[in-house]
Amino acid sequence: MSSETQKILTTDGIPLEVSLKKAERRNKIKAFLLVAPLLFFLIITYVFPIGDMLMRSVDDKMVTEMLPKTYKAMEKWDGKELPEEEVFKAFYLDFRQLVDEKREGKLSTQLNYTKNGFKSIIKKLRRKSKNFEEGNYKEQIMAVHKRWADVEYWKAIKRRAPAYTGQKYLKGMDMFKNENGEIVSVEEDRRIHRILWLRTLEIAFFVTLFCFLMAYPIAHLLATLPMKYSNLLMICVLLPFWTSLLVRTASWMILLQQQGVVNDFFVGIGLVADDARPEMMYNKTGTYVAMTQILLPFMVLPLYSVMKTISPSLMRAGKSLGGTPIVAFWKVYFPLTIPGIGAGCLLCFILAIGYYITPALVGGASGTLISNQIAFHMKSTLDWSFASAMGLMLLAGVLAIYWVYNKLVGIDNIKLG
Amino acid sequence: MALPKHTELHYRIWHYFYLTICGFVFFFLIAPLFVIFPLSFNAEEFLSFSDGMKSLDPDAFSLRWYKDMIYGTKNPWGLAAKNSFIIAIFATIGSVLLGTVAALGLSSRHMPYKGIIMAVLISPMIVPLIISGVAIFFFMAKAGLAATHTGIVLAHIILGTPFVVITVTATLSGFDHSVTRAAASLGSNPVNTFMKITLPLILPGVISGGLFAFVTSFDEVVVVLFLAGLENTTIPIQMWTGLREQLSPTILAVATCLIILSTLILVTAELLRRRSERLRGINR
Repeated sequence: MSSETQKILTTDGIPLEVSLKKAERRNKIKAFLLVAPLLFFLIITYVFPIGDMLMRSVDDKMVTEMLPKTYKAMEKWDGKELPEEEVFKAFYLDFRQLVDEKREGKLSTQLNYTKNGFKSIIKKLRRKSKNFEEGNYKEQIMAVHKRWADVEYWKAIKRRAPAYTGQKYLKGMDMFKNENGEIVSVEEDRRIHRILWLRTLEIAFFVTLFCFLMAYPIAHLLATLPMKYSNLLMICVLLPFWTSLLVRTASWMILLQQQGVVNDFFVGIGLVADDARPEMMYNKTGTYVAMTQILLPFMVLPLYSVMKTISPSLMRAGKSLGGTPIVAFWKVYFPLTIPGIGAGCLLCFILAIGYYITPALVGGASGTLISNQIAFHMKSTLDWSFASAMGLMLLAGVLAIYWVYNKLVGIDNIKLG
Repeated sequence: MALPKHTELHYRIWHYFYLTICGFVFFFLIAPLFVIFPLSFNAEEFLSFSDGMKSLDPDAFSLRWYKDMIYGTKNPWGLAAKNSFIIAIFATIGSVLLGTVAALGLSSRHMPYKGIIMAVLISPMIVPLIISGVAIFFFMAKAGLAATHTGIVLAHIILGTPFVVITVTATLSGFDHSVTRAAASLGSNPVNTFMKITLPLILPGVISGGLFAFVTSFDEVVVVLFLAGLENTTIPIQMWTGLREQLSPTILAVATCLIILSTLILVTAELLRRRSERLRGINR
């Protein structure tokens, strides 16, 4: 028998294998077509814009495009001594072009970011360069101001040559590239971003810890109580979960303000004097208290769903085998709840690390997080490329945590409500 | 949780200690919401309990802040509420349509690259809102949709779909696919099968996903802060502005209304969840 006849054929005479493969492919395409609308919608409106953030954060084409001839001429310059006449001539031509287009102001702002002192000498150059004679531009430019004869300023211009830069990322970590191209930290008292990163991590960590300590007992109670009581108590967890974030923040503002309910209560029971009411809002305390209450349901729900599946007979077995309740809890019950603890903690931590609204309202100056800094640069300083860089650094952190979460628990285990 | 009679004293003490702690945590969770309630009926302008309120004097309570919320000339709560509802309704419809269809595809065992596609689809839920806000703002500004209702609706569809995808995929995971095959073998076309067989069975999941999408949109403030112009103000934006500038009791009146709304949504979601569990129980 030849191998041809061994193949099973469908009624159409096509080999079964081919036919099945075709059907399989058709099913694949069908499934993909269902997902396609949402996938493409998200790619266009969400994934690409995040890529756009990346481009913005490293983009430094502005100066490169303003001084094309200069950078062409600078290619041959070794960057040690003052450049040759060729560079000065190219710079003069570029500069005249910019003055004609009234863009020299932008150049001076940009170069001033790289090195202080460009603003005034560019202004002076604009005035004087109108009367320049042809030839020997080096002498003429250097005569405008002594800084134009300083090689450091030409080095600063050369540093802006690449169209892309990691400078914004360095700034986000309070570092910069100095004249010699080394990466160094800014002075100690100006390291505001490092403080913010550390504070964000600290607040996220402690909020997660507080949430865990508070959620564990009540999740246990909810999982072990009879249905009719636990359903009632579950409302205490779910109602805050479904209530507007701003409403919950508002209620904390009422409770924690100096003339607020909590302070009134403390004065009422004589814990503090009426004229020495503690500040509980517009500082770290406010952020801690409000964020813990707001994120608590996100810890309770995963813990509860895991504890619900643990059979109470396991604890009884542990006790009947001679363990004290504490040993039985620690050796039997607690290890079984670890998946829930992992899920709850990582969920809380991811949410806390990117929190914006609550810290902005109750945090004051000492309780704000990195998100608030990003919003500040988006809205106030309009340094969008820096905001993008900080956002992406935060995103990288979150994705790393998320990756761990996925390894430990799996994304499919996210439970809602 | 009655203790057996033979329980030793120190376990008894421990048990009551544990219950007390639980009581405090529940109080911590729920009490802040109930502070808003009485204070929103305050006759005075202060945000703490007046002496009259403490002695339950009827004159200390009034509806003046509710009147101010509805009729107040300076308060654009009417416009904000209208915008919020319009945006949330359209965002919910969009999220439910896109999310449900995508979940159907994702639950098919033929779906290629399931893991990575799922990661992309639910990424708006994992990425911190501030980053989503910046990215969406860049897109909408380029597309000329900043400060328009359309732009905000699209932004909220992005944020709402992950919830729909997750709830519907969860419902579909308990779904018995042989019923759709049975329908097909009886001559039903795919659309008919979906409308008559699949949809009624997964409806609880679809609706609860829709509720999540609605709440997400209705409560969303970070992205809207970047996108909204004066015309597109929403309830959360007004609350945000109010809380930043001056805590007025009118905000508490609005907050009370929002708590009532969220209670209604909670009850609906709970009823749906139970119905869904019951339906899936029958399928097994």
